[in-house]
Amino acid sequence: MINRRFDRRTFLKGSGAGLIGLSTGILGAVPARAEGLTIGILYVGPRDDFGWNQAHAVAAAALKEVPGVTVVEEENVPETIAVAQSIESMISLDGAKLIFATSFGYYNPFVLDMAKKFPDVQFRHAAPLWTDKDPTNAGSYFGQLDQAHYVDGIAAGLSTKSNKLGFVAAKPIGTVLRNINSFALGVKKVNPAATVQVIFTGEWSMPVREAEAANALIDAGCDVLTCHVDGPKVVIETAEGRGVKSCGHNASQAPLAPKGFITGAEYKWETIYKDYAAKLGKGEALPNFIGGGFDLDFVQNTPYGAGATPEAIAAADAARADVKAGKPIFVGPIKKQDGSVLVAEGASLDNYAPELNATDYLIEGVVGSIT
Amino acid sequence: MADTTVPAPSFALGETIDRIRRSSEYVVIPLLALVVSAALFSLFLLALGKDPVTFFSLVWKGGFGTGFSWQNTLVRSSPLILAALCVAIPARLGMVVIGGEGALVLGGFAAAVVAIPMVSWSPTFFTLTVMALVSMLVGGLWIGFVGYLRHYRGINETISSLLLSYIAISILNFFVEGALRDPSDPNKPSTMPIGPENMIGPIPGTSVHWGLVAGTIAAVAMWVLMNRTTFGFAARITGGNVRAAMAQGLPVGKLILVSTALAGAFAGLAGFYEVAAIHGKANASLIAGYGFTGILVSFLARHNPIAIVPVAIFLGGIEAAGGLVQRRLELPDATVLVLQGLMFVVLLVSETLYGRFKIFKAKGA
Repeated sequence: MINRRFDRRTFLKGSGAGLIGLSTGILGAVPARAEGLTIGILYVGPRDDFGWNQAHAVAAAALKEVPGVTVVEEENVPETIAVAQSIESMISLDGAKLIFATSFGYYNPFVLDMAKKFPDVQFRHAAPLWTDKDPTNAGSYFGQLDQAHYVDGIAAGLSTKSNKLGFVAAKPIGTVLRNINSFALGVKKVNPAATVQVIFTGEWSMPVREAEAANALIDAGCDVLTCHVDGPKVVIETAEGRGVKSCGHNASQAPLAPKGFITGAEYKWETIYKDYAAKLGKGEALPNFIGGGFDLDFVQNTPYGAGATPEAIAAADAARADVKAGKPIFVGPIKKQDGSVLVAEGASLDNYAPELNATDYLIEGVVGSIT
Repeated sequence: MADTTVPAPSFALGETIDRIRRSSEYVVIPLLALVVSAALFSLFLLALGKDPVTFFSLVWKGGFGTGFSWQNTLVRSSPLILAALCVAIPARLGMVVIGGEGALVLGGFAAAVVAIPMVSWSPTFFTLTVMALVSMLVGGLWIGFVGYLRHYRGINETISSLLLSYIAISILNFFVEGALRDPSDPNKPSTMPIGPENMIGPIPGTSVHWGLVAGTIAAVAMWVLMNRTTFGFAARITGGNVRAAMAQGLPVGKLILVSTALAGAFAGLAGFYEVAAIHGKANASLIAGYGFTGILVSFLARHNPIAIVPVAIFLGGIEAAGGLVQRRLELPDATVLVLQGLMFVVLLVSETLYGRFKIFKAKGA
């Protein structure tokens, strides 16, 4: 018995000593990062969410192919102090010189704080928030996805038989409302009799409610669905399962709907990421504020799926060429839901008109309430 | 091993050794459990084709290996200490309260709201004091209500606190996206900011906020309350056997109400620090799961308030290292959650080992 006791003690001592040796001995063995440019990217959710994060992750993967560029990634970083900590960790432990912070809530205060703390590092955030009062080593980049939603709407408007289209939306905030309006304008342009029904789930990611909303819209007679939620997977799969057509959002959902997928509104962050890496490589300054749509190749439409008819493809291609050439989406007459005039007959709003950034209304022809 | 109770001449020394021997059980067994879980996790890594040695050296480096890593760790552990106290205090009375998240969210929300009319005229110190008190009051009422339901209506505190935390989150979302929304921020619904001049700065020379100090003080105070006062004694008796406590004439209802209110007050205070030290306003970022991680911390610390501090730092360190592990080994984010889960299970299993090793028994006991 004494021997057993002795053994246990020795074992503990031994394993304790082993652990200490392990932790101190290998500290120096962690490989240092290679020379060149290290870029850190933070995601708020998983990289394979078929949505917002995946759109960035696809671009990050393309960026990794650029010689001399190392990409370090962190997923599921919540919009808390964890953001600042992860950024600082990327800078101090990995030597990152450029940080792409991809979630809306990362900007204030975390990106701003870090930009002040590390003036030698460049910070770019994926939403139009930077102002000239903010640090000059910070900045914004964003894509006007509503242009791609407009093209979706053109294709969707020509694909409906019931003249009812469904839109599952997250929160009734500016960018979401603008995407709904642009989609509806596309629909109305090719099919004035059609309406777009909206259901807000209230959350960026709430799969159960997204499925309920998709089913409710289909039950109400909608035969084409699209959405603006973080991960459109559930909506697209529900539509496919119920035998109705769908348009995607954020990233490619084409593999989820082999029968009914028409096309989708996708970001093309790769354009920006590669451009910035090249600029830093040449020692050039990065822009502080940049946004664009088809004109700058910041957004794209998913390759057409089996749900797209030749007629819809032709109309959507033409509409995309028009927007790329600068033709406006908001062409009057357009009324808001409450009947007030948004754009008068004969007038139009530029696709980058600043007042569209503050969209807090839905247009006539959209069924559903913001509140 | 002579089985006599005759005290040795060196009575004091012998007793001290015995005490160390007995209490070392509470250190050695958890450490053993950690080693076992690390070994199991290494097998998991090998199955994934990754090198465990690299993994653990990265965890060390990312959590504790550099000055920055330590700050990173402490920043992440601050809310966990207060959130864990919300579990540990009712646990002494035999109650499993898992709804600290709700008290944290509502406490932070209330602190942000009460500051809105004050920021224009009130001095910073007064604003912050009122915010802290209101957050504790709201958190205390929220979890205190759980205690009330338990004692007077016989409702299971685990279920009611969990369900109440969903209600709390809904209340936050309702007001932040409605009546109390800051109109200048169209895309991230938040309350009006309290302004940078009213924020609590970090502990000088670090990036760690004062919530860490508050949590540590609270943990020590709760240890004293639970182990060195008649209140704590009565609470532990209640936790051991409610009927016996009632038969002794202990005020069980009062004990439950006070303990749950205290617990909620600490969770509310964690919410206050999230608002006053980090976000400067209340929004959905308050719903970060600290209340739920606090459950893990409290159980790992065996509901001992003092032990909560090192356990929270340990878990904070693993979380801090999670990013480095992701980046260097290209492992998914869930990897450190697997490690945490393994540790939790192995530690719970190791509970059955207490009292089984003669080495920890007092001589002659």
